[in-house]
Amino acid sequence: MEWVNAIIQGILVGGLYALFAAGLSLIFGVMRLVNIAHGDFIVAGSYLAWILVRATGLHPLVSLILVIPIAAIFGYVLQMVIFNRTLGKDILPPLLVSFGLSVILQNMLLETFTADSRKLDAGTLETGSFSILPGVAIGYFPLLMFGTAIAVIAGLQYMFYHTALGRSFRATSDDKEIALLMGLDNRKVYAAAMALCLAVVALAGVFLAIRSNFDPFMGPGRLIFGFEAVIIGGLGNLWGTLVGGVILGVAQGLGAEIDPGWQVLAGHIAFLAVLAFRPRGLFPRMT
Amino acid sequence: MAEVLLAIEDLKAAYGDAKALHGVSLTLNKGETLALIGSNGAGKSTLLKCICGLVSNKSGKIGFKGEEISSLLANEIVKRGIALVPEGRRLFPSLSVEENLVLGGKVARKGEWNLNAIYGLFPILKEKRHQPSTALSGGQQQMVAIGRALMSNPELLLLDELSLGLAPIVIKDIYDLLPRIVGGGMSAILVEQDVTRALNSASHFMCLQEGRVSLQGAPHDHSREAITRAYFGT
Repeated sequence: MEWVNAIIQGILVGGLYALFAAGLSLIFGVMRLVNIAHGDFIVAGSYLAWILVRATGLHPLVSLILVIPIAAIFGYVLQMVIFNRTLGKDILPPLLVSFGLSVILQNMLLETFTADSRKLDAGTLETGSFSILPGVAIGYFPLLMFGTAIAVIAGLQYMFYHTALGRSFRATSDDKEIALLMGLDNRKVYAAAMALCLAVVALAGVFLAIRSNFDPFMGPGRLIFGFEAVIIGGLGNLWGTLVGGVILGVAQGLGAEIDPGWQVLAGHIAFLAVLAFRPRGLFPRMT
Repeated sequence: MAEVLLAIEDLKAAYGDAKALHGVSLTLNKGETLALIGSNGAGKSTLLKCICGLVSNKSGKIGFKGEEISSLLANEIVKRGIALVPEGRRLFPSLSVEENLVLGGKVARKGEWNLNAIYGLFPILKEKRHQPSTALSGGQQQMVAIGRALMSNPELLLLDELSLGLAPIVIKDIYDLLPRIVGGGMSAILVEQDVTRALNSASHFMCLQEGRVSLQGAPHDHSREAITRAYFGT
């Protein structure tokens, strides 16, 4: 039964990894930007929630009402002021700028909040669970996280394929020049995509901060999990990203079951196995 | 007196160090169709791209309805009433036929062209409206490209190499519809490799050669030989 439990907990954690990955996938899909600072934005979202919770006494989940819009506005401005200047035929400048942002963010967080680890307290939600089988319990919080991930992926999927905003994302991604001729300002389209990405990032950051301790140096690790989920699922496929997150979570759960030291390693091995046998991921976008 | 729609003065354009236009001037009145002819690399497509704002490295004046537009971005110029049917069609592959058309109408200027009017012009597109644009034949894709440009209800339609890569029968069908497309007071600039077809479809022509105007006027004002000389630069 321990193994069944490990798989189920792995699936639920996979939801969080899918949230890490969804924004990464969206940004790469729309503007071919590999955002190295993505993980640091997640951690910055955790700190933003921590500040707001301390200042207002709000429940961490309620703080999302403020955290998400602040992150989205930050994303819009960041894209307009910094990333749009770096985007062009060469993919290297935005990559380097995002790497620089990652270093700056980590050090700013370290200067401001010290290296002490923090955590958001969500009260009984964190510990509450119900039993489905003897020895297998499902926590309310992991279930909420997983349900939210499904809702976010479904929402992004709907937005991408059934709304005017999604149409402008796809058109700009297909052919920036012709999209301009349709009246679409690609700078604003990219900024809208970054705003959306950071909204999801902030949500992931708050879940991360409730689930475990966080510190200024956690970003790169979350970035790797996000990357692995995107690549396992197949670039450009949002539901694939969810499956990628789940596979990563389950692999880590099973690894931890064998030996606690194997948790992260097992995830990387699963990722490498997919890269070796299905280099385009399990569900590559059909084009 | 005819109303001037487009007035270009001494337009120069370059791609990096390579100069593509060396001082081109032209005037187009409302309701007129201009055929732009010339051999490959003469600067025809560059001229169209300059007008719709896709070439930034340029100098000279481009006046549209009395407004200087040469410094405007492409997404602003389309709002003024200029639309391009690009060479090679360049549909959005991840959008369906209808989504391509709807996006063309995003600017939403007032006029006769809307989805129903486009489907009336090209009934086949209505049947295929939910298919990905890449699933269509070349001729059908050209119909989508034309429809997408018309959806913005332009006053000036720029048509770049309509017949490129299409079967002769399809080209004939599209050209048969041209009077309907550019009717209703719309002006057009038609870039076309098939010189005879272009001259038959236009009230005026301009021949470019290595980025300079080598001949212009009404087709019947010039002999076949003069046009050939201007075209090849012999």
